[in-house]
Amino acid sequence: MRHGFDLRRFVNREANLVQLLGLTAAIFVLMALLNEKFLRAYNFESITYIAPELGLLSVAMMLAMLTGGIDLSVIGIANLSGILAGLFFHSMGAPRGAALTGMPFGMVAAGVLIAVGTGLLAGIINGALIARVKITPILATIGTGQVYVGLALVLTGGPAIVGFPDWWDAIGNGKLFGVALPLVLFVVILAVVALVLTRTPLGVNLFLIGSNAKAATFAGIRMGRAIFLSYVATGLLASVAGILLSGRTNAAKSDYGTSYLLQAVLIAVLGGTNPAGGRATVLGVAIALVALMFLSSGFQLMRFSNFLVDFIWGAFLLVVIAINALRNRAR
Amino acid sequence: MKAAALLRRSETVIFLVLLLAMVGIGLVNPAFWQLGNIFSLLRANIITGIMALGVLTVMISGGIDVSFPAFAMAAMYITLLWMLNVGYTGVALPFLMATLIGLALGALNAFFVHSIRMIPLIVTLGTGAMVRGFLLGFIGTSTINIDKMPRQLIDFAKQDLTSFTTEDGSHIGLTAMLLIYLGFALVVHVLLRHTMIGRAVFAMGGDKEAARRVGFNIPLTTFFVYCLAGALAGFTGLLHVSMIWLANPHDLAGMELDVIAAVVLGGASIFGGRGSVLGTMLGVFMLVMVNNSLIIMHVSTTWQRVVVGVIVIAATAITSWRDRKRAA
Repeated sequence: MRHGFDLRRFVNREANLVQLLGLTAAIFVLMALLNEKFLRAYNFESITYIAPELGLLSVAMMLAMLTGGIDLSVIGIANLSGILAGLFFHSMGAPRGAALTGMPFGMVAAGVLIAVGTGLLAGIINGALIARVKITPILATIGTGQVYVGLALVLTGGPAIVGFPDWWDAIGNGKLFGVALPLVLFVVILAVVALVLTRTPLGVNLFLIGSNAKAATFAGIRMGRAIFLSYVATGLLASVAGILLSGRTNAAKSDYGTSYLLQAVLIAVLGGTNPAGGRATVLGVAIALVALMFLSSGFQLMRFSNFLVDFIWGAFLLVVIAINALRNRAR
Repeated sequence: MKAAALLRRSETVIFLVLLLAMVGIGLVNPAFWQLGNIFSLLRANIITGIMALGVLTVMISGGIDVSFPAFAMAAMYITLLWMLNVGYTGVALPFLMATLIGLALGALNAFFVHSIRMIPLIVTLGTGAMVRGFLLGFIGTSTINIDKMPRQLIDFAKQDLTSFTTEDGSHIGLTAMLLIYLGFALVVHVLLRHTMIGRAVFAMGGDKEAARRVGFNIPLTTFFVYCLAGALAGFTGLLHVSMIWLANPHDLAGMELDVIAAVVLGGASIFGGRGSVLGTMLGVFMLVMVNNSLIIMHVSTTWQRVVVGVIVIAATAITSWRDRKRAA
């Protein structure tokens, strides 16, 4: 801000973000009071490794929602990317042993290209079906999601691909200047997405299409191209999430992270994204991610079952929707 | 009806494609036409089919529902636990109870879709996760197996319309549960085509604002479609476990994709206002047949999801092309 930081103006303009920060702080305090283990450094360190993969999927979901769409194939893309890279490593090196773990950096870089290329291709297919063939995003991505998950199943036959090169694991578990590498990557990608959304014609067009598609058409915006590119970006983000997930767990499987779909939708909506399109902020999604990670790590420390956590996410999503609706009506 | 008009109906197209696929599968493996296979194919239609009738109604109204498998399992499991607890020995009351539980859960969907004015996909994603999480987190995760399953439910679902023993001694039967499916199909068809509420469902899916202005009761219609989908799901949940003699609360996860695929395949438009019971039944038959025939055609079952996905994409591409051509 050029004239110094004016708190009151910030609060007025960014009421959503301020409320979200308040919610995050409240969750933080509640969880700290409920378990003494919550405040340990180890807890926060593990969050910095786990949060980025979910964060990337949430940003992907936000991008799709920005134009009133949704991408239900992100988990499939993420897993397929990890699996294809894993199969590449297993065929170039060995399924296990030093030939696999000690694979040279260049080879691992090629694996990254394969994974990202998978996301790119999957995103292009999604984008073409939605923007060119004009299939509704829900149905198009339900269909392609089945195909991506199905291909992952066909390629692996069901069981997980276990064992990745050390360099690959470093992407998911390494550190850069003392900070978790996944977090560094996530922040960089977040900054790029935020810049594209707010500072480029493409970003502005996406907002316009989302808030009023008809007006955007009359304004001469090439809607198809912008929507196409947004789904390509969604596919790319999903594949990076797949790299982080397989790097962190040293494995890739066709049905990993299936509960991430609901969480990604929840984080996007909690972060102030309007699923009908036209409203979204990267910062909001980032704060919502932090809030949700505090909540889930707190639940884990309290040994809640995964089912119970799923119940809470579902209920939380409905409550957030209801509150947003009430607030909009009050205005 | 003139031949040209008949050809333009999407039901006719689906039917022709279905016939073509049947001939094709039969050529690859003539075992397809064996009576036992046809009977088991028809049997496999029942569960997906009844659920598809609910999803069809929701889709005609312009909505979508991905929560019904969770509702089906919750209604089924709660009903079964109650039956085992009190040692209840009837059949009608449990089915009524499962139906009502499903209906109540469907009302939850309708409340959020109508009162909160939230996109149905997001709402039903939330309610589905919540209900399944509640079921598995609070009520139970253990499977009720055949020696615990209420005998009378198994006996009820075991009834055959016709049955005989083949030369090699195996028993082949056509399940009577098919009548329940056909009955529901008839009821939903009559509701949609010949009653005021059915007109309202189509009107709302065509243009919600116009429907409101001509005086259709939008809140009532919204509750009707989601409650119907929930009620059908609840009933089907109990029927499903009665037919397979095994009640696993984890069951049917991911089934929403198959059902939605079948409904879309049957010519319904996700934008609402278009769809028919006959088309949906043909779509269900097509999907079930393709899924079940992969083995007969010597294709590994791991390909199943890829095939379903490709079918969804192809069907939606064709419907979107058709919708655009009509709009133009």
